[in-house]
Parts: sequence; C-alpha cells; structure tokens
Amino acid sequence: MANMRMDKNPMPEQEPLVRNKNFDEVALGYTAEMAIDEAKRCLNCRRPACVEGCPVNVHIPQFIAKVAEGDFDGAYGVITSTNSLPAICGRVCPQETQCEGRCVRGIKGESVGIGRLERFVADYHMTDGHKDGPPKLPEPNGHKIAVVGSGPAGLTCAGDLARKGYDVTVFEAFHKAGGVLVYGIPEFRLPKAIVAKEIAKLEYFGVKIVTDAVIGRAESVDELFEQGFEAVFIGSGAGLPQFLRIPGENLLGVFSANEILTRTNLMKAYLPEYDTPIRLGRRVAIVGGGNVAMDAARCAKRLGAEEVYVIYRRSMEELPARKEEVEHAQAEEIIFKLLNNPVEIVGDETGHVTGIKVIKMELGEPDASGRRRPVEVPGSEYVIDVDAVIVAIGTSPNPLILSTTPGLEATKKGGIVADEATGATSRAGVFAGGDAVTGAATVIKAMGAGKVAAAGIDQYIMGK
Amino acid sequence: MFKIVSKRPLNEAKTVVEFVIDAPLVARKAKPGQFIIFRIDEYGERVPVTIAASDPKKGTVTIMVQPVGKSTKMLNTMEPGDCLADFVGPLGRPTNMEGLKKVCVIGGGVGNAIAYPVAKGMHDRGIQVDMIAGFRSKDIVILEEEMRAGTDHLYITTDDGSYGEAGFNVTKLQALLDAGEQYDEIMCVGPTRMMQRVCEATKPYGVKTIASMNPIMLDGTGMCGACRLTVGGETKFACVDGPEFDGHLVDWDGIIQRGAYYAQEEKEAAEHICRITGGVREHG
Repeated sequence: MANMRMDKNPMPEQEPLVRNKNFDEVALGYTAEMAIDEAKRCLNCRRPACVEGCPVNVHIPQFIAKVAEGDFDGAYGVITSTNSLPAICGRVCPQETQCEGRCVRGIKGESVGIGRLERFVADYHMTDGHKDGPPKLPEPNGHKIAVVGSGPAGLTCAGDLARKGYDVTVFEAFHKAGGVLVYGIPEFRLPKAIVAKEIAKLEYFGVKIVTDAVIGRAESVDELFEQGFEAVFIGSGAGLPQFLRIPGENLLGVFSANEILTRTNLMKAYLPEYDTPIRLGRRVAIVGGGNVAMDAARCAKRLGAEEVYVIYRRSMEELPARKEEVEHAQAEEIIFKLLNNPVEIVGDETGHVTGIKVIKMELGEPDASGRRRPVEVPGSEYVIDVDAVIVAIGTSPNPLILSTTPGLEATKKGGIVADEATGATSRAGVFAGGDAVTGAATVIKAMGAGKVAAAGIDQYIMGK
Repeated sequence: MFKIVSKRPLNEAKTVVEFVIDAPLVARKAKPGQFIIFRIDEYGERVPVTIAASDPKKGTVTIMVQPVGKSTKMLNTMEPGDCLADFVGPLGRPTNMEGLKKVCVIGGGVGNAIAYPVAKGMHDRGIQVDMIAGFRSKDIVILEEEMRAGTDHLYITTDDGSYGEAGFNVTKLQALLDAGEQYDEIMCVGPTRMMQRVCEATKPYGVKTIASMNPIMLDGTGMCGACRLTVGGETKFACVDGPEFDGHLVDWDGIIQRGAYYAQEEKEAAEHICRITGGVREHG
C-alpha cells in the first residue's frame, strides 16, 4: 500500500546558523527508515514521466521499488545501469525541473523525493554495499579512447565506455580530477570525498586519469590520434568567466565566481594548512542568480563575511538556481537584492571596492527567453556598501581546443558544434559534450551529453 | 610527481636559483615565452613561472626562480632527487617571432631569466638580437655568459655602477634609440614599473614594444580571470591571451594595483616560513 502522505520526508540538515560557519555538508541524508518510507510514496506509474525528465534516463520507479523493499544493493544496480555517478546526481541535480518536476505526486502535494532517494542508495552503497563482492569487470575490447576533461561530461563518457570494455584515458588540466565537481561545487554541497570515491569506482573499471595535462598545449587532439587513440571525447567545460562590462570592474576586490570557488574548493583556501590566500572582507555582493552565484554567496558567508548580498536583475520567479540552494541560502541569512541591476562598482583612492551602485528594475513584456524582460526604473540608482564583488553571470567556452584542432566547427558563441544524438563533431572520431558545447549549463546535462557521446563513440568504433 | 634533476644558484648573492625538472610532456612542446605552473605539495599554491629552457630529448624543463615568497622559498629548500607534486604546461602563447629581423630585448633583475630564453630563441632563428640586462648591483648579475653567447650585443647595466655600465637599463635603451638604432620590436621583461618606463620611453620612437606580464594567477588555463588586465580598453587574460602584450596598450596603473592585492597575506606567509623543515611540511 502506497504511502499517501502529501509531503516528502524532510531532509535532515545542519542548523542554518551553525552550518553557515562551517564547510561540512549541509544535507545529512536519509536514514534507511526514512528512505523506505519515502520510497513507498511512489505510485509506480505505468508510464513514468519522471524517467523522461532525467537526462540519463534512470529507471526511477524500479529503483524506488527496490528501496521500498529494503533491497538497497538492488536499487543501486538499477541506478548504475544508466548513471555512473549517482552520489553526485542525488546531491546536485535540479530535480524540481527534471524527474521530480514530472512526478504525479507533485500535482496535489510534494513529488517523491527522488533525488534524496538516489543519494541515499549511492551513499549506502559506498559505506555498506558490495555484499555481492566487487562488480564483474568487462572483457577488454582493445580499443583506446581519449577523454579530454574530467568533469561530469568526461567522467560519464569514460565510465560508460570502460564498462563496455574500452581502454579509456582521461586527461585533466588541473592537479585533481573532477572538473567543476571539485573546483566549483563547494564541499558543503558535494563533499570531495564523495567525488573521489565515484572516480575511484571508474578507475576500478580501468579508466586511467592523467592530471596536469593541458590538451591543446602539451598535446594536441591530433597527437592523441597519433598515439593510437581511436576516438577523442572533448568535455573541456566552460572557460573564460564573463564580466559585467561596467565601470570599476578591475578594482581590487572584484572577482569572478570561478576564482573564488577555485580558491575555496580546489585550493582549500579556507583551511589554515593550505597556502592559497583568499580575502573578501566584511560585506560581499554576488552578481547573478544561478547555482554558481548561490555557491559563491554561501562560500563568502562561511569565509566570514557578515553581510552577503545576491544581486539579480529579475525576480525570484526567474532566478535560475536550484530551488533547494535558494532556500538554503536564505536560511543561511544571504540577503537577496532582486530586481536590482549593477551599473557601477565604486572604489576608494587606493583602488579597493567600497560599494556597488545598482539601479532598480521592474518586469516588462516577455523577452526571447520567455521570461519577462527587466526594465530600468529611471532615477532609482543607489549604492550598496560592500568590500568585495563576485561576478557570477556565466562563462564562455574555453577556446584552447578549438584553436588548436583543425577541422572542428564552432558555434557563434564559441562552443564546439556537436550532434545532439551522437556527440559527433565536424571531425571524424572527435566527439564533444557538456559546457564545451552548450556553454555553462548543469552537471546532469553534461552527464547526459557524456552518455550520448559514449554511445556515439561505441557505434563509431564498432562500425569502423 | 616531478623530480628535481639539478639545482644551482645563478649569482653569488643566490637571489636567483635555477632548477631543472624532469617533465617530459612539458619539455616536448615548450617554446620561448611560455610558462608552467608548479605546486610543491598538496598544501601548496599554484605558482606560475616562465620556462627558461627545455630539452625534449632528456625530457627536462629549466626554470629560474627568485626565492621571495613562501612557495618559492619552500622550493628553494628542496634538493635534487626531491619531487614537486605538480608541474603543468606549457601554458600561454609562445613569443611571436614572425617577420622580425632586428630586436632589442631588455630585462630587469630576475626578469633577465625570462628575457634570456626569448632572446636566445630569436637569435637561434637568425633574428639579430641586442640585449640590455639591468641589475641593481654586481652581486645579483645572472646568466652573463649565456646571454653573451645567445645574443649579438649584450649590454649590462647596474643601478649602482658596480658592474657594466652605470645606470638603469631603460637609460641605456634610450641612448641606443637616440643614437639611431632601429629595431623592429623591443621586448621587455622585469618589474612592472620598469616595463612601464620602457614602454613610455619607446612610445615617442614608435617602436612596437612587447611586455611580458606576470600578474596574479590561479589556474593558468583561462578559467578564473584572476590574471585579467586591460589592453587597449579590452579585458584580456594573461594566461591564455598572453603573457606577452603590446606594452603601449597596457593599462599599467591597473596592473600595479592588482598585483599588490595579496601583499599582506604574502608578507605574513613568508614570515611564517618556520613551518618548513627541509622542504617537507609537518602537519600535526
């Protein structure tokens, strides 16, 4: 009998005013009892809309049915048949616009907590799983594949191919594998030990990871082919941070979100034993409304800022960040300055930021994106006093691979042109996916693209 | 891990130390003007350093480092046989040598360690190279023999007159230009103020002047924007668009401000270097 309670089992969390002073994980995870109870809320629909909402098509009702039976290892098997990185997805996917957004239980109440259940199953497997011994290794098929970038797109592509028996090598420019999962998403949202364990699992399946390798500089894509790789997947991610192009942008104390997040998450600047410095000040403004803006704001708070503002030019309704992150940020006393648009960053005679001048906005007619266009309210400018400004308004694709790989077609925005159904680019044997193709998007979309490309590569190699 | 093959001080004052590092992947592709990023260990910063030389056959890369900050001082406590955790590159664009026939390369202090490989690279390609190497005093002069062998004319200047010609390198450049020397390009590497002065000095002569920038950097691959600078009114990233830029278009005041952002943290870190014991860190 299904559990017909309207609300999800709430996620146990650290208290907001405790957690905004530490970098430990905010959400603590379901217990087995909570997971079974939540799983029983699933109606096991005959035509599960949730699966269509998932970029990697996790067989959601089937895994939830296993959870309801208490067969957590079985549930893990169902999830990992289509998703290589469940502990990560369960934590960072925007479920409300994907699986959970399509859940019938969401019509009259709250949807089933699919993301929370996925996380529970993955975490259970990491600590208590493996009762049937380690999974069987595939028969090697002798084909060598290179993957450029070890973020969500690259890791997913590598994992899927390795499980099919390919000999996969992943090249990472940084000193640590994981891409945005390690340099971008903070510890309190996605513990780095979890990322390391998911990567270790890929290594168990034979994936080799080479760090400190900048493809496009140290080796070109053509040289990878010369070394015997038969196909190359490019998942090099988004690169160059965009700035606002307003006066004062080069004042001291103006940062890209990428810089602050990299200093904090990859270089661990918040821990005294690490050498990388970080200095933000007492009052910090973040410009932008995406997940990256939320991460930067919550990092700033944890780094000791007393007042942290999120400045966004539209209203809460249009704010693109994952809902849970916004709620968490609000609970952690991040101040939202909505319908405000920066016009100038102001500084003192020493060149340090002292404030950000914004103009109030109101929503007008819908624009090309379907969202109501923000319009300036004349004469409404005012200055918010801050010591630092973090710009989180997006990134453009890194030009390194495109500029060093002849024959690769680029989009107008500088992304790599890739077929949505196969990941194939304009060059035979070269596939691409993730932010390198689309510009800044989500972890799960990149994983979806990595998965599509893995299938595309398999087809390409087998058809040769 | 990247092994230190050899290490030697480049002057009596030991203000600049040369390290040869075993890094075959970097050595294979390194070109003059490019840089690497090293990290001492898990706790270390990512430190950008220009490539001084590379030997693709031996798989080694040479860097020259001035031990002034915490990371470079720690590096200086390491010995041949010790390993760096990371050594990634080559990064940045190589020096453009296309179409050049006669060039003046001007270096200041440790900047000569960066200027020299560029000068030699140009000389090796048949470009006529005059080099002006400026130092504060005799005891910190580096690479004299190498620079002499790798260029057509070498002028050494010292601020205090203790060696070579007395005065600033930029004064010597001015004298050469006034005497009618014609260059297709002038390339400067050194402290920001020095490069700014060189660019101001060459502007009236209309000689294209390239400056090798060394701003604060974090990832070095075009991701964080820490190294941004304004060139000709546009925002550029030194790590992917540079590190060399048209010095007449660079916003020098902006660079001087940005470079000092972590001055206090750097000073404190360097003062607390007592944590270091023979290149190995201890953590309780």
